[in-house]
Order: sequence, then structure tokens, then C-alpha cells
Amino acid sequence: MNKKLSLKNAGTFLVFGGPSIFAFAAVVIIPFIVGLYLTFTNWDVRTGDSSLIGFTNYLEVFRDKVFLQQLWFTLKYVFFTVVIANVFAFFIALTLTRGGRGEQWLRTGFFTPNLVGGIVLGYLWQTLFSQVLPYLGAKYGWELFQTSWLTNTGTAFWALIIATAWQLVGYLMIIYIAGFTGVPNDVLEAANIDGAGRTSVIRRIILPLTVPAIVICIFISLSRSFLTYDINLALTKGGPFNSTELATYHIVQKAFLSNQYGVGQAEAVVLFAVVAIIALTQSYLLKKLEVES
Amino acid sequence: MNANRRILSGLRTGFLYLLLFAFLTPFLLIIMNSFKTTQQFFESPLSLPTTINFKNYASAFDNMDFMQGFMNSLIITGISVTIIIIFSAMTGYLFVRYKWKVNSIFFFLMLASMALPFQVLMIPMVMLYGNMGLLNTKLTLLFMYLGFGVPFGVFTFHGFIKGIPYELEESAFIEGSTTLRTFFSIVLPLLKPVFVTLLVLDVLWIWNDYLLPSLVLLSPDQKTLPLSTYTFFSSYSVDYAPLMAGLIMTIIPVLIIYLFLQKQIIKGITEGALK
Repeated sequence: MNKKLSLKNAGTFLVFGGPSIFAFAAVVIIPFIVGLYLTFTNWDVRTGDSSLIGFTNYLEVFRDKVFLQQLWFTLKYVFFTVVIANVFAFFIALTLTRGGRGEQWLRTGFFTPNLVGGIVLGYLWQTLFSQVLPYLGAKYGWELFQTSWLTNTGTAFWALIIATAWQLVGYLMIIYIAGFTGVPNDVLEAANIDGAGRTSVIRRIILPLTVPAIVICIFISLSRSFLTYDINLALTKGGPFNSTELATYHIVQKAFLSNQYGVGQAEAVVLFAVVAIIALTQSYLLKKLEVES
Repeated sequence: MNANRRILSGLRTGFLYLLLFAFLTPFLLIIMNSFKTTQQFFESPLSLPTTINFKNYASAFDNMDFMQGFMNSLIITGISVTIIIIFSAMTGYLFVRYKWKVNSIFFFLMLASMALPFQVLMIPMVMLYGNMGLLNTKLTLLFMYLGFGVPFGVFTFHGFIKGIPYELEESAFIEGSTTLRTFFSIVLPLLKPVFVTLLVLDVLWIWNDYLLPSLVLLSPDQKTLPLSTYTFFSSYSVDYAPLMAGLIMTIIPVLIIYLFLQKQIIKGITEGALK
């Protein structure tokens, strides 16, 4: 079993590892390396010319006011989506782990938006925001809904958040439920006997004991919302006037529509760095709060 | 006291069902209005449809070329999920049972790659595969899904196989079974619970994926369901009634699977996330 890899058992390596390692290398490792190289060139898709230009692409990224604005827009969007989705998921999960009747059905129900892909989800909410809500606004004179939310930058921002959070809630809820089920019953009973109220049980027992679930949920919602593309495409198409382009949407436009591959890739690398820094910081900070039960 | 408690818990359940109803109104509104004409929808989007007619479904079915999109999605999802699961199970086994240096290097690279967002890879990938003239075929897309799906698959199987006692395989080896045969007849049957987890997560991912197929599959006859949903609606004036019927039709296949597998799906998500 601990034999060295030699010609004799190279066959085992090729049969068992060959297909997956080959595919992994061909779509992940090589594109990653080529991608880093690409950010230092001025590769032109039409002529095929390419030469090394150092950090010019990165400088361009930081000089590009539009990209920086969109990055800021993305950060705000991610922040609100993560907070809203996690708070709702946490409390829904909390009410659905008490062993009441019909819990299974309720969980199943709250999860359904996750069966739907971003494109369908985007069109669904587009229909609601551009037709149904304005109808309500006109009928009952609610000023908030008189014009479509998608035609105004400020409200389109919230429309994006609502659509994304609506989907995420059910997914995160499942993980929170798993986390809550891990809280030992005797600790909860002891707290009950000691006469602890519901809020202090949540604050002092459930919260600290479910830190691992919180870390995972924040990580998942962070990375999912940072990379939002299809909801953005179907809901607002970046409009009005490109004001709701999230970072990924912007990168796709830059690379595949304006053929600026080098700059687009540099933007993708910057986005990756931002996501990585935020995700690592949050899990480091939260891990410090973790306790043993 | 007891009666009070029962009333309270009844109220709580009632409230939760109400909340769920509100939560699912977007779906309900779309279903309701998919049976009306666009005119009726504009006039009263909140009223129940007076007649149930499937005209919108028929026109959406033709306009978005539903059958073709459905078949493409079915083929792509079916094959990619199958190869991801089989090959990652084999590689996971290789990585657990053979402590070669190459194995630990690739295992580490796969773990590290799981933090890598697709956006960092998409531009060079399209460039490389485009230069080789490999875009616009299902085969390339299947290969890419294998490459992207393998890290998580290997990681999941790795954790599970580690817990299987080696003695089971040892006796097979003593009786002269080959590694391949031992794997398929002894190890593979034990991996069933992990299969279900991966199956669920990968089906949801690949069936609903938009960005990757939109970059790889360029001609109309290759389009998957999410792509045909998009082309159907990217015209200038949106005809809402067939649009809603189209959305419902796109959701139905997954919904059917969900109704049958909901317990496993929820279990799959839980295990997938906590791994």
C-alpha cells in the first residue's frame, strides 16, 4: 500500500487519477497560470498580437473610475445581501428547529427558490418589479411602487438585493438548522431550569455554539453574491445607464464585448483578491468567537 | 398551562405557514398569470385567471424551442454528473490508499482551487479553447464541468473513503483481485451516501448554470434550457404571458425531481456545506 510510484503501478495512477487530474489541470491549473500571464500583456483578440507590458493593465484597473464605482456598488450589494439573507435565514431556522408539526414541509417550502437558476429568478422578479408592483402602486396610490423599481438606480439596487437574498435564505436556513441541531439538548435544558429567557438563550448559548455554521453561511453568501452574474443580467441588464453593473457583469462585458481581455482579466484578479481578503478576515474574526460546548 | 402552550404553538405554526405563503407569492403570481393573456395580466395581475388555457405554454414551447433546450440540458447534466461522480470517486480512492508524492500535490492543488472563483478562469479558458477551435461543442462543455466538478467530488469522497477499513479490500487482494475490480465491487457500493450528496449538488449546479454554457455553446441548436430561456426573452418587446409560461416550464423539471428527492436534497446540502 505504501509502495513507491514506479513504472509497474503507474497504470493505477493513470486509470484512477488520469481523467480527473487531466480535466482539472486543463480547465483550472493551466487557465489560472495563463490568466495571470495575460494580465501582464496587451493581447489583442483580432490581430493575435501580444507583448509584455508589465503592470499597465493593473494601473488601468485602478485608474478606471467606472470599474471602481462598480466595485464599490458590488461591495455595498454584497454587504446588504449577506446581512439580510443571514439574519432572515437564522431566525427562520430558529423557528424551524423546535420540533413542531409540519416543519419538514416548511423547510421544503423555504428552500424552493434554490431550484431555480439565476436567469429564471431574474426574469421572475423582473416581471414583479416592472409590472405587478407598479400596478399596485397605481391602484392604491402607493408612491413607493408608482414607477418600476428597475428604472431608478437606487431602487434597482434594492431590487437586486431582494431577488438574491430571496434565493439565498432557504439555502442558508438549511445550514443553520444543521448547526442548531448540533447544540446539545442538556445545555438548553439547563438554561431553561435556570430560568433563562428566550433572548438570552439565543444570545449566550445558541449564537456562540453555532459559530461554525455562521462562518460557513457567511462564506457561502459572500462568495455567491460577489460572483452574481445571471440575476444581474436578467433583472436589470446593468441598467439604467450601466448604474447597476455588478463586478462580474462588468468583467464579462469588458472582456467579451469590448475585447479588452488583459484589463478584464486584471479586474477579475483584483476582484478575486478582494473576495479572498474579506472571506479570510471574516472567518478569522468569527473563529475567535468560537467556543467548545 | 398545557392548553395555553398548545394554542401558542398552533399560532406559531399558523404564522409560519403565512410567512411561507408570502415568501412564495412570486411563484404563485407567475403561475396564476401564465394562464392569462398579456392584456389581462396588465389589467389585473392579482386576480385569479378566469379560464385555464394553455395557449401561452404552447407558444412558449415553440418560441424557446423547449424540447431542444430540454434535451441539451438533460444530456449535458446527465453525462457531466455521471463522469464527475465516477472519476472523482476513483481519484479520491487513489489519494487515500496510495501515499505518493504526486497524489498529495494534486490533492492540495484541488483543495486550494475550491476557493478560486470561476471569474478568474473564464477569460483565459475561453481564449485557450477558442484558439484551439474547441468551443461550441457539448464535448468541451462536458470536459469543463468534469474539471470544475472534480475538486469538490474528490474532496468529498476522500473524507468518506478514509473511514472505510482497509481490511475489506485486503482480503480481496489476497484472493488475487485487481485494484480496479476491488474498487468497483467492494469500495464503490459503500460510497452510496456520498453519491446522493454529490448528485444533488451537481445536478442543481449544472442544470441551472448560465455563464459557462453561454461562453462555450454558441450556436442555437446547442443551447441548454437557461440559454433558451434567455434568448426567448432578449427580444425588444417582452410578451409577458408566454414569458411566464416559459419560466414555469423551465422550473417544472427540477421541481419534479425535488418533490421526489426533497429529503435527500436537504441532507445533501447540509453535508455538502458542513464538509
